[in-house]
Amino acid sequence: MSQTPLLSVSNLTASVDEKTILHGIDLNVAAGETHVLMGPNGAGKSTMGHVIMGDPVYTVNEGTITFDGQDITELSTDKRSRAGLFLSFQAPVEIPGVPLSSFLRAQIAGRPGLEMKGKEFRRRVKELAAELDMDIAYLNRELGVGFSGGEKKKVEMLQLLLLQPKLAILDETDSGLDVDALGVVSRGMDAYRKATDGSLVIITHNTRILEHLKVDRVHVMVNGRIVREDDASLIPWIDANGFDSFEREAAQAAGGAEAAAQASDETR
Amino acid sequence: MAKQRTEVADIDRSLYDFRYGEEGFERLDAGLTPDIVREISERKNEPAWMLKHRLKSLEIYNKFPDPTWGPGIEGLDMDHIVTYVKPNTDQQATWDEVPDDIKNTFERLGIPEAERSYLAGVGAQYDSELVYHNMQGTAAQMGIVYSGIEEALQEPKWEAMIREKFMTLIPPTDHKFAALHGAVWSGGSFVYVPKGVKLDFPLQSYFRLNAKGAGQFEHTLIIVEDDADLHFIEGCSAPKYNVANLHAGAVELFVGKRAHLRYSTIENWSKNMYNLNTKRARCEEEGEIEWISGSFGSHVGYLYPMSVLVGRKSRSSFTGITFAGAGQNLDTGCKVVLGAPETSASVETKSISKGGGISTFRSSIVATPAAEGSAASVSCQSLMLDDISRSDTIPAMDIRAKNVDIGHEATIGRIGDDKIFYLMSRGISEEEARTMIVNGFANPVSKELPLEYAVEMNNLIKLEMEGAIG
Repeated sequence: MSQTPLLSVSNLTASVDEKTILHGIDLNVAAGETHVLMGPNGAGKSTMGHVIMGDPVYTVNEGTITFDGQDITELSTDKRSRAGLFLSFQAPVEIPGVPLSSFLRAQIAGRPGLEMKGKEFRRRVKELAAELDMDIAYLNRELGVGFSGGEKKKVEMLQLLLLQPKLAILDETDSGLDVDALGVVSRGMDAYRKATDGSLVIITHNTRILEHLKVDRVHVMVNGRIVREDDASLIPWIDANGFDSFEREAAQAAGGAEAAAQASDETR
Repeated sequence: MAKQRTEVADIDRSLYDFRYGEEGFERLDAGLTPDIVREISERKNEPAWMLKHRLKSLEIYNKFPDPTWGPGIEGLDMDHIVTYVKPNTDQQATWDEVPDDIKNTFERLGIPEAERSYLAGVGAQYDSELVYHNMQGTAAQMGIVYSGIEEALQEPKWEAMIREKFMTLIPPTDHKFAALHGAVWSGGSFVYVPKGVKLDFPLQSYFRLNAKGAGQFEHTLIIVEDDADLHFIEGCSAPKYNVANLHAGAVELFVGKRAHLRYSTIENWSKNMYNLNTKRARCEEEGEIEWISGSFGSHVGYLYPMSVLVGRKSRSSFTGITFAGAGQNLDTGCKVVLGAPETSASVETKSISKGGGISTFRSSIVATPAAEGSAASVSCQSLMLDDISRSDTIPAMDIRAKNVDIGHEATIGRIGDDKIFYLMSRGISEEEARTMIVNGFANPVSKELPLEYAVEMNNLIKLEMEGAIG
């Protein structure tokens, strides 16, 4: 961690419809590291992923996001992708009438080192599909339409492997619910790890997805704040104890802050 | 980039500003007169019955009030139309007078140089003779007649056939512009496919649209006899530019027993145009008509291809898309008469509105008392690309038969921000993402078109989508 981190989120505050979701988040991820962002439902983990990717639904009120030496806080989402960021979606959308193959081709178009001719593209996609145990017939199907949860995950992982981003945020908040999806994501992460020296940020509240994975840092998020940061040893601890203690601490801290605010009001 | 963003709007504006030189035009203050109609007929050396038909139609036209429903047509420039239909009028303007934006559009759609001047309305001749003659020759070997309708009228054999069918599906009494068409029609195609003949390549009117004035009041008459099969493609994706701003063509299709006709159209009129086109098909027992229709361009459009199913178990399917951009009010849809037992019809339409454009879907399904055991389904999906555009659905159903199964569904939606964000998160620009979604929406139509037309339609959508952001 001596060199400048690949991704650096600093004092990030973000809101939606005037409601603040993220409160002064700091997060640093160095090249090649694997981080895990954990926390109970509604902690703001997915929001974090979306804000880093530039989802216009959210407003960044304060703070900066720096990626690969560039301040990307104001950058449009497509340019963040082209800079080497990737976000896999918890629930990828459906685009009727657009074949998966056209979508994939549009993604790599104009990317140095990734743009391929038709034949090469088909060969590459076939390879990746085999790696993910994905039926090649998917390519002619309309994007996401009629795909099962597991199939959608495969398509997300296929894109991860095709784009080989410098840093991938995998929003797997609900993946733990589906054994198939879990397997797909694990396989995708393995393949990504083997193929690149890219970084991973895995968003989850389920630790099963992290088995067999060498995790460098774990961040625990509660109520839009990072309340704890530690190494991989935190994972089995959470497995055994859940997030209750973090939530209690957060509530106390909030209560304390409220009390303090009240006190300061009274002194006025 | 900035230039591209305003391009669509620019085409619109310059079309209104565009003026042909005064020379070469006779200014006529009076409306259409019997003399003008006589002159048209004489010039074409037509049989007497056709002149009679024209004069009768003119009489009907002059009595007809303007339609009191649908988009307004106050902007119709009838003086110009009189000028236009008058024979001997030299339409020639020069290529230099064509607005740059139209020229640019041709370039971007990839229209070959040789065709551009024709499409711009400044060169009546576009050298497609060879393609046309090859196509005609191959068809002729199979006994198929494919020619200009005016030429066919000069052949006694075809004249009799045309006389029997001409404007029987669309009588001049049908509506004001059918009457106008009956009086001044000019150019168009005649296709006759004899019994049992199945043509395995589509006939394309594009390659014979080189008659002067074609594409304005053209009449298309297609007869597909029993057990025969034909695919006919009308139009092309380039904006067709005309000095007069009315298009009132007529298409009459006769589908025999167990015969099959697919009629595909992509229309893209310049954005000053009032497109008041009428299309109708009649199907005999177990005959099938398939309409594929893409409506782009024009200022105002009324277009409702109609299938009259008179034979038991005859079928109709309609797949259409309408794209209404800024300054456009397109009223489109489909009409079906279930007029015999066990007939079936499906209507599937997509409409897109953008930049304040108005798109109205209007359909009519009539089941006559004879239609027992028939079925029809109507589905309309609309996509609005912004808050200022409008989309309406007006389905009508008139059911007078027992035991029929008629269904309707309509959805109106917008492009979800979540979809845009998803596509952009994979490095696709916002404009490209929107275009991709709209092309996907249009896919049920484009996949029914031959590849080169599907590509053209996608390009057209891409062009229309420019400036959709910001």
